[in-house]
Amino acid sequence: MKTDLIIIGGGPAGMAAALAAYEKGIRDLLILERDKELGGILNQCIHNGFGLHTFKEELTGPEYAVRYMDMVEEKKIPSLLNTMVVDVQGGNPCVVTAMNREQGMFQIEAKAVVLAMGCRERSRGAMNIPGTRPAGVYSAGTAQRYVNIEGRMPGREVVVLGSGDIGLIMARRMTLQGAKVKLVAEIMPYSGGLKRNIVQCLDDFGIPLKLNHTVTQIHGKERVEGVTISKVDEKLNPIPGTEEFVSCDTLLLSCGLIPENELSQGAGAQMDDVTAGPVVNAKLETTVKGIFACGNVLHVHDLVDNVSIEAEKAGEFAADYILNGEEDWGEAVRPKIPEKSKCTLPEDRDAGSQLICIGCPVGCLITVNKNEDGTLTITGNTCKKGEAYARNEVTAPVRAVTSIIKVKGGSGRVVPVKTAGEIPKGKIGQCLDEIEAVTVDAPVKAGDVLIQNVAGTTVSVVATGNIPVKLSM
Amino acid sequence: MYDVIVIGAGVNGCAVARELSRFKLKTLVLEKASDVCEGTSKANSGIVHAGYDAEPGSLKAKLNVLGNRRMAALAEELDFSYKQNGSIVLCFDEKDRFRLEELKARGEANGVEGLRIIEREELLKKEPNVGDEAVAALYVPAGGIVCPFGITIAFAENASVNGVEFKFGRMVTDIQKQETGYLVKTNKETLETKVVVNAAGVYADQIHNMVSENKMEITPRKGEYLLYDKNVGNMASHTLFQLPTALGKGILVTPTVHGNLLTGPTATDISDKDGKETTREGLGQVTQKAALSVKGIPGRQVITSFSGLRAHITKFERSVAEGGADQGRPIDDFVIEEVADAPGFIDVAGMESPGLSCAPATGEYVADMIKKMLNPEEKQDFVSTREGIVNMALASEQERHAKIKENPAYGKVICRCEMVTEGEILEAIHRPLGATTTDGIKRRTRAGMGRCQSGFCNPRVVEILARELGVDESEIKKSGEDAWYLLPL
Repeated sequence: MKTDLIIIGGGPAGMAAALAAYEKGIRDLLILERDKELGGILNQCIHNGFGLHTFKEELTGPEYAVRYMDMVEEKKIPSLLNTMVVDVQGGNPCVVTAMNREQGMFQIEAKAVVLAMGCRERSRGAMNIPGTRPAGVYSAGTAQRYVNIEGRMPGREVVVLGSGDIGLIMARRMTLQGAKVKLVAEIMPYSGGLKRNIVQCLDDFGIPLKLNHTVTQIHGKERVEGVTISKVDEKLNPIPGTEEFVSCDTLLLSCGLIPENELSQGAGAQMDDVTAGPVVNAKLETTVKGIFACGNVLHVHDLVDNVSIEAEKAGEFAADYILNGEEDWGEAVRPKIPEKSKCTLPEDRDAGSQLICIGCPVGCLITVNKNEDGTLTITGNTCKKGEAYARNEVTAPVRAVTSIIKVKGGSGRVVPVKTAGEIPKGKIGQCLDEIEAVTVDAPVKAGDVLIQNVAGTTVSVVATGNIPVKLSM
Repeated sequence: MYDVIVIGAGVNGCAVARELSRFKLKTLVLEKASDVCEGTSKANSGIVHAGYDAEPGSLKAKLNVLGNRRMAALAEELDFSYKQNGSIVLCFDEKDRFRLEELKARGEANGVEGLRIIEREELLKKEPNVGDEAVAALYVPAGGIVCPFGITIAFAENASVNGVEFKFGRMVTDIQKQETGYLVKTNKETLETKVVVNAAGVYADQIHNMVSENKMEITPRKGEYLLYDKNVGNMASHTLFQLPTALGKGILVTPTVHGNLLTGPTATDISDKDGKETTREGLGQVTQKAALSVKGIPGRQVITSFSGLRAHITKFERSVAEGGADQGRPIDDFVIEEVADAPGFIDVAGMESPGLSCAPATGEYVADMIKKMLNPEEKQDFVSTREGIVNMALASEQERHAKIKENPAYGKVICRCEMVTEGEILEAIHRPLGATTTDGIKRRTRAGMGRCQSGFCNPRVVEILARELGVDESEIKKSGEDAWYLLPL
């Protein structure tokens, strides 16, 4: 087989790179994806918060993915699903070796390759947490897959280690599905997540965030029975005497992501110790001829929107390379690594009048003063959304809810859903009960209304992802 | 009525079962866990020792040298991973050089071949990353590495194919002497047998004490380990020991047969026979001492840590019955013998290091004892060979292609780190004594043993197990009954 461009990985980076190359005139291209559908990890990130830059609106992960999938489909860009790439070699041509059920082992020659394999989570082993080795220790992403893709609960009583966004979001997600999240422990003196997520994922549900704490022992012979958490000193070493036993049956680890570069290294690409991704030049070409890289395989990004932007560039550069031929490689340019979020909520904040806005990642501290005539004076917000949020929050707080609904006869067991608008905070429980009670028949398309007037509101629950009918094997 | 009941499906119990399966004997293996290889056999160094370490004349010395010699042919016959990579015992101080000579002399007395003292220059050629303080070493070409799961599973599968019965989830609660043979009571049933083989690992004392007045005590000796990514698997090519101490062979650094780097073990006597937790101190000690042998092992390449328990005999009153004066003396050797006051009851106890290396020889040794007791007839249809599970990661592209064309399940990768396909997982489930747990899948196929430690494949493996076993996913366990992953719907 021969083609112009191969994109390895059909997540947000791969799809954006393919589309950009297509726009540049590349028609002979192919996406290789190991999962059964495009979209990558976005498919399990059913929460809100994606697309504010790319689409100027707030989308869930599956919605963001579906937008790209629709564009890929519209341009008729081909992809091979359930296909694992086992080797990549650069040069002219590049050679990609892959395998799947239908074709067995096969090789494809391409003029250029874009690496877009994403990243993986740090495991318990990599953190070397002492203790027993029972079932019930999950990386947050594995638990997220169980809950949001398989529709299964991996535990009842949960401790989360790591307060990055994934940890915070999983604390809320497990809570919404009926688990008791005991606490989130964070070894640093600040959270690695966004302020809005501390508010809407922890504070909303009364989940404590223990800064300067880490898990120092895992207990339980077969299933997790608890963890010991300890306070750490400024060198991050546990302080003897501060140990505290927390009973739980589940430990979720949200302790960082690692670019997945087995293929890049196999191709002989020089690696960058700082980014943990391949060394690239200004055109996102690795040190191996014809091989480009983008997205989380290059370095771990904070926002998917930034992945899309970078991947578009990689797609364009790869197209240029195919159309115009090789240029001088030039010099290595390290991609700009986003500064790590270091969030703490102001401790001296007056809970009665001061709020953290959850409207966007900025997380403004807004002060609301009630005037004698009953009107409100709102200060500290930097946009109109903030004012509206603050007004609601002190009068009738509202939240958007994201969850899953069971599907019969589909290629997946559940479909991600969201409330089409915000509902009163007090109705979240009822909303979730109604969502839990429903089973819908496949196919389901993103945008389908699955529940009308949820919890007695005028808001609908709509699908945010596609679940086609299951094909019999 | 069984001819033989073997208690314990660790490497020694399974080796005995496999040797017995050559004969027309009704043999049963009882195991309290849900799979073979769930105790000491699953958590050790995976070393095939050469046999220089044990006291000449001891069972340890005899069985080790024999086991070592058997290993290569057996690995071929039963298709498990084994490599004769050679061992090196490092000496860090000129003052200790005489101890290398002692070891060499002891090894030669035991019949170990090819022993040679090497100087730092040669050492550096063999191991470029060796610690700066190593001045000389004993080079042991006969030393090797083996997959401890692979060998145990191979013995068990081959025994099963040859008619040995296995019952899992069976805890032996009592054993009573009958006029001929024994009544073995488990949590599920009572069974009759002519001969009992006690291969119960760290619990062998409890089983022994059910039938004998000469009481035994086994104190588990915990060893903690760190396992490193395959990226650094080539930092050592031989198994690097340090000169041994009273507590054991010390901290070693070794490549594994699968290409990882392994460091450990510590040696701590504990009271809990199930106390397998790792500790900050223990793992710290491993890191610190391993750095003496190999410099620059990067800490962030650790992919997991674990600990195992050696079955160390701390008391055995055998000598009372024999009229000896050394009552309660710690036993440094294996106890593989018919119990003095319980004819037909054979202990395979105290199988600490080099128990794994000895297993092939231990199996033969115990089978010989039973042969003398029961005079069994040899089977004509004994199947001596076993074919392991296909290994797609190691197969050539042509072999992979052919396998996928034969069965498309081999084209679906489930564990990305170790490149394990659905076809291999299906094999693991449907073979004799097939896997029923994710740990069972892991030890048979390596799915989940890679650098992401099952973060990616766990949901997929659970799904396949549930589908193939016809149960809900909440029924799928990591290993034991309570090791559930998912709540019922």
